[in-house]
Amino acid sequence: MDTTISEQKKDEVDQQQPRAVVNDFSIQVATVNGSGSQSSNNVLMRSIFQMGIPVSGKNLFPSNIAGLPTWFTIRASKYGYVGRKKEIDILVAMNPETAREDVESLEPGRVVVYEQKLNLSALRNDLVFYPIPFAELSGQIVQDIRLRKLIANMIYVGSLAALLDIDMAQVESAISKWFKNKQKAVDLNIRAARLGEEYVRENVTKRDPFRVEPMNQTVGKIIIDGNSACALGSMFGGVSVVTWYPITPSSSLCETLIEYMKRYRTDPETGKATYAIVQAEDELAALGMALGAGWAGARSMTATSGPGISLMAEFSGLAYFAEIPAVIFDVQRVGPSTGLPTRTSQGDITSLFYLSHGDTKHVVLFPANMAECFHFSIKAFDLAERLQQPIFVATDLDLGMNNWMADPFDYPDKPLDRGKVLSAEAIEKLGGFARYKDVDGDAIPYRTLPGTEHPLAAYFTRGSGHNEAAKYSERPEDYERTVNRLLKKHETAKTYVPQPMIYHVDGAEIGIIAYGSTDAAMAECRHQLFSEYGIESAYFRIRALPLTHHLREFVETHKRIYVVEQNRDGQMADLVKLEVGADAGKIRKVLHYKGIPIDARFVTDAIVEMERSDRR
Amino acid sequence: MSSTVPAKPKNLNRLGLAMADYKGAPSTLCSGCGHDAVTSQIIKAFYEMGVHPSRVAKMSGIGCSSKSPAYFLSTAYGFNGVHGRMPATATGAVLANRELVCIGVSGDGDTAAIGLGQFCHLLRRNIPMIYIVENNGVYGLTKGQFSPTADLGSQQKSGIVNDLPAMDLCSLAIELGCNYVARSFAGDPKQLVALLKGAISHKGTAFLDVISPCVTFNNQDASRKSYKWAREHEEWLHQIDFIPHFEPIETVDYADGQVVDVEMRDGSHIRLHKTERGFDPTNKEAALRLLHEARERGEFLTGLLYVNPNSRDFMELLDLVDEPLASLPEEKLRPKPEVLEEIMREFM
Repeated sequence: MDTTISEQKKDEVDQQQPRAVVNDFSIQVATVNGSGSQSSNNVLMRSIFQMGIPVSGKNLFPSNIAGLPTWFTIRASKYGYVGRKKEIDILVAMNPETAREDVESLEPGRVVVYEQKLNLSALRNDLVFYPIPFAELSGQIVQDIRLRKLIANMIYVGSLAALLDIDMAQVESAISKWFKNKQKAVDLNIRAARLGEEYVRENVTKRDPFRVEPMNQTVGKIIIDGNSACALGSMFGGVSVVTWYPITPSSSLCETLIEYMKRYRTDPETGKATYAIVQAEDELAALGMALGAGWAGARSMTATSGPGISLMAEFSGLAYFAEIPAVIFDVQRVGPSTGLPTRTSQGDITSLFYLSHGDTKHVVLFPANMAECFHFSIKAFDLAERLQQPIFVATDLDLGMNNWMADPFDYPDKPLDRGKVLSAEAIEKLGGFARYKDVDGDAIPYRTLPGTEHPLAAYFTRGSGHNEAAKYSERPEDYERTVNRLLKKHETAKTYVPQPMIYHVDGAEIGIIAYGSTDAAMAECRHQLFSEYGIESAYFRIRALPLTHHLREFVETHKRIYVVEQNRDGQMADLVKLEVGADAGKIRKVLHYKGIPIDARFVTDAIVEMERSDRR
Repeated sequence: MSSTVPAKPKNLNRLGLAMADYKGAPSTLCSGCGHDAVTSQIIKAFYEMGVHPSRVAKMSGIGCSSKSPAYFLSTAYGFNGVHGRMPATATGAVLANRELVCIGVSGDGDTAAIGLGQFCHLLRRNIPMIYIVENNGVYGLTKGQFSPTADLGSQQKSGIVNDLPAMDLCSLAIELGCNYVARSFAGDPKQLVALLKGAISHKGTAFLDVISPCVTFNNQDASRKSYKWAREHEEWLHQIDFIPHFEPIETVDYADGQVVDVEMRDGSHIRLHKTERGFDPTNKEAALRLLHEARERGEFLTGLLYVNPNSRDFMELLDLVDEPLASLPEEKLRPKPEVLEEIMREFM
């Protein structure tokens, strides 16, 4: 983690310029969904990134194809903080419908760049207003009404470049990269950006402190979204059967995977596919197919979100009891089906862990950044085959669909782990096998794959009504043996799952626990706690369920524990309480459930408030 | 098993296996259950076709019919999954290993009620497998409730009358693009075994709707799913001969138009001797019309309703490599480091 480095840098920079705010601000662009602002926002973000300044980009969008308001937030942070910044520093108001509300929500001293016609400057006198005639300017470039709207977006990129000192060469290079080989689009957009830049240089006097200066913090880094990272992890994890059903925000995971598989998993000798991707008729079928494939020996997966997870409950139970591998991605969103499907949440924690009926407990991985999205995806396929059970990879909309800076992914350093599979030769040597017998003492049995050519290789798969030899049984002792072994296997899983990341701080009384996308706010939050309030905090990042013994030790060694997550009930906090037994009283919940990504200030304020009420 | 040299090759199939090698565990269904009669013909068909049991995947959902895969081919793999979802697990299994000979056994509740959606989509995809519905019009395991194939007006033992029309799975299957659709009767072993062999030869989904009486809950003489009614009313659309690809085919000249000879893609032949109806199962519209009329008239027609041996199955549509995906080596599954580097550069 780069917490310490960032903190040192903050001190250095703070002493340089008391007035100007350099490389530390957020821009929010308010537009209408479907107005083509994706290109311009991406160019804007990449221009700053290419200047060596850490950035992140978050899209707050409605469940709608066109017409409803949407906001894109870009955060530049010299400290490398990539979580959402609570305050908006620069508002680009392009949507007449939300402009008034957007302006009213700003903190004093902030900046509004807006379409001149909207007449926003009368709304407040404590903000810096820069009216720019975007519509008129776009008319100078193109006549077509639709194109004018698109082009207006690139004009604000140029205007912001002038206002913030963003290097126009970087803007132009970002435009070329975004529009790739479409030279006409490249030329048109560069003209638009230049026009916006010139207008500001000639007509606007800068009256705000925000600007950028080149840094060297992004050299060699990538910007990627979590769904792409998971898709890449799946491909490099050797997936060969992908069965899915479209659902926001997980669809782009499989769609991206389809593109990569076409490119890199077509057999060069025959031109044929080394994979099968099927868009299923629903999520029940999606998981059913993945299990059929996992049972027959292929690496299989599906990807979904909360409502899909509910539909997968029955099959998840079957897979748990019948011990069938498969990987299930849950890109979490706000539930239910007609909830807020384009808003982020960590609300599926308990439902994933206990998904299905009877005594089930699953393995769930929680990647918190792009590298983990990639590597945990690979790991999930290994774990599924090693443990012979479904493995859930829980991300969320914020991780999955937003833009994150990362180091390029390392190539996996271990070969695929295909688990305990017996060949016909092995069966011959052993003189048979019992599908559900714990031979090695780790509660993981051996399996054979359909098609194994040996008369003793086959077995009959059914839920839990079987004995060790996979023969039908309803005998009490057989059932008990089966579920007890599964419980023991759950213990074994603890040694295979990604272990927690623990950041000890000498003398810290409080410990903070978080997981998944919430981690993005935690370095900043802990810095705020220390620099503003003198509160030292240790940090424990959960990376998987089942929880391991490290958690108990962490809770034991701190006086108060804050579990920070993005759901209403503190679902992980409750699992932590169960795990730590007598220490459960130390657990406090910090819960952010607004549908937008958590921000450090929210967590800091919540912890400080609880710490203060202790002293009262 | 009989990997030893056979003493009496007469009782062994072309793989040197005996009929006993195709048997399963003893049935736990009710004595006289139609499903057990179907099981016997499955055993016979696989034995006579010389399909190695280790290549067979037996898939099922939930219900009496779904238990039956345990009663045949005990050295084949079986997967008894969840109610109505056999099509999904079967699809996954054949995607993973296209060399498997997949047979799914389902019931009228499992397929026409809870599993109707999956059934339809399996047919649309033309998943290579044999799909049998052991159709008795009732839920047996839950003790006698009506299923969607129960006939309008049929009566439960308790006196409850079914007031909804029956679904015809064969018309549905043809409508959805299935290219091997047959109806048969558990009490008609000769026809059933020929249809099963044809199904084994077929590339793509082969669907068999087999009237298979439930002796406990729906075998009243008036029931159209009873032995008595079916025996009395069954009418053959044709007499069926199946000549497997590994046996010589006689070239007999039949009177013009009296025989339909269908050559399957594996080289087997289905020879259909027409009855006075003159039905030709290679004509889809004729088949749908026939089923419609039969329903109106209350006829019980059995035989091959529609066949098109030259359809493209799902494996061909996906253009999969010949080798099963399940056995692809790591070098085919994980792209090389250069690929990752190339992709990473695109994100820089």
